[in-house]
Amino acid sequence: MADKQLALVIDLNVCVGCHACVTSCKEWNTSGEAGPLADFNPYGADPKGVFFNRVQTYEVGTYPDTETVHFPKSCLHCEEPPCVPVCPTGASYKRAEDGIVLVDYDKCIGCKYCSWACPYGAREFDPHQGVMKKCTLCVDRIYDQSLPEERRKPACVLACPPGARLFGDIKDPDSEVSVAIREHGGYQLMPEWGTRPANHYLPRRRTRMHIHPDELVRADNPLKKEGELPRPDLSDPSLDDVTTW
Amino acid sequence: MKPAFSVLFLTTLIGAGQGLFLALVTGQFYWVIGAEAVRESGAFYAGGAALALAFLALGLLASFFHLARPMRGWRAIARWRTSWLSREVILLPAVMGLVLVYGLLHLVDPRTVLVTFSNGKSLDLPLAAGFVGAGATVLLFVCTGMIYACIKFIREWAGVWTVVNFTLMGLASGFTLAAAYAAVTGSALRGFFVASALVLTLVALAGRAYTFRRHARLGAPSTLRSAIGVHHGAIRQVTQGFIGGSFNTEEFSSPGSPGLRRRLVPAVLAAGFAAPAALLALGWQGPDAALYAAFAVQYLGLLGERWLFFAQGNHVQNLYYQRAA
Repeated sequence: MADKQLALVIDLNVCVGCHACVTSCKEWNTSGEAGPLADFNPYGADPKGVFFNRVQTYEVGTYPDTETVHFPKSCLHCEEPPCVPVCPTGASYKRAEDGIVLVDYDKCIGCKYCSWACPYGAREFDPHQGVMKKCTLCVDRIYDQSLPEERRKPACVLACPPGARLFGDIKDPDSEVSVAIREHGGYQLMPEWGTRPANHYLPRRRTRMHIHPDELVRADNPLKKEGELPRPDLSDPSLDDVTTW
Repeated sequence: MKPAFSVLFLTTLIGAGQGLFLALVTGQFYWVIGAEAVRESGAFYAGGAALALAFLALGLLASFFHLARPMRGWRAIARWRTSWLSREVILLPAVMGLVLVYGLLHLVDPRTVLVTFSNGKSLDLPLAAGFVGAGATVLLFVCTGMIYACIKFIREWAGVWTVVNFTLMGLASGFTLAAAYAAVTGSALRGFFVASALVLTLVALAGRAYTFRRHARLGAPSTLRSAIGVHHGAIRQVTQGFIGGSFNTEEFSSPGSPGLRRRLVPAVLAAGFAAPAALLALGWQGPDAALYAAFAVQYLGLLGERWLFFAQGNHVQNLYYQRAA
């Protein structure tokens, strides 16, 4: 397999479910050369549209002991993508140089077979253009030399306010994403299907604050006297006089 | 899964066409190995081949309605090394061509003997062409079945039973069609076709009834636990992330209630298999009309069966799309 695999690492402990990644993704990808991500009836009763990224919300546990998990979901750019070999035309392909799974909109015949072969529901068909679409990892901006280097990242990564989304090469052991996966227990979705998703998720980590009893008592005020202490006399030695620093 | 009507018509029409062609070749072979000296005329086989070709062509036409970009359909021959769909796209026109060759050979040259064996039987040119076509037809059955059987994310479809059932149902409807065709033309093969169609319909009934039972017992292929990677016994989706519709909520959702789909199972088994079997038995020595009715009822029944095949398919991705809020 390729020695480079670009991917997203999404920290579920940080994600607040604000959908900024969803809207920035839509904004970037609907404005590009590849054509719009079609919306149908956007202001009507039953709106429908094509998105590459969705933020879902789950509740874990039973009330009152519950935890809310916000869960952004997009194409995972699998290392063994089941959607690629089933494509009859070769429109669906995985790039050898960086491992991004893409659809060639000029070859796609719109048979939707690839979407049947994806267990994650990551592909969305665009009835307007009649082709299958999916997350491109913003392939049209991460290599754009006209952008400053720190802006050459997927739109969702740049938009995330708390910084829950990391982007990088998971095959490079020293990259930010590899370190995050290694040190924070990064995991893959539905590993039982053998798809080897490139995108990883960092688990929720329970944050506990330990308060010791002496922290509740003002140990630095042994006389238990509130209020301002009396001002020392001007002739008393100051701290500068008694210490040598 | 949402039943795609183009695919319902494609698979049932080419199934019947393939089955009819295999019936013709089997019927011809039956005369060769059989003791009787009766032979069917070349025109009978040519007419049958034309009918099979018509079914295959209608199926091919229906398949174009499945494509959002039908003008690019020719590109689908590109990935035959990995895609069963691509293989089907190549084999369907190939089978149509071989059926055409088989019919034409019967018209122009039905008596050319290629090999005469020591027992006095001989292999003539049209039958040899029929064998080649029959091989391609069987491969086409395998390709059509494997398109669905290789999708492991739909447990109802994954596995060898999809291929077996697609083949059996195609054979059953094709031999029933052959029986009706033999009745129209007054062929001596009528009895042979009716008996074979009856047997094949009953075998297909057993195969399909078994898979309906199997589907009812299938467990969940994956759980929300592995879907979002949170290892807890109680996880529920609060929102799938949008309130409107999307491709994922439409393409993968099953029409009708689970109760309706369950109640349709006996109806489909009756219309697609039991009723045609009864009509075939009635028409064996009885009126021709029973055989025509047998095919009509069976075809409609198999359309219903294919609709249920889709509607009962539950895709793993549905785990992610349970609640809009």
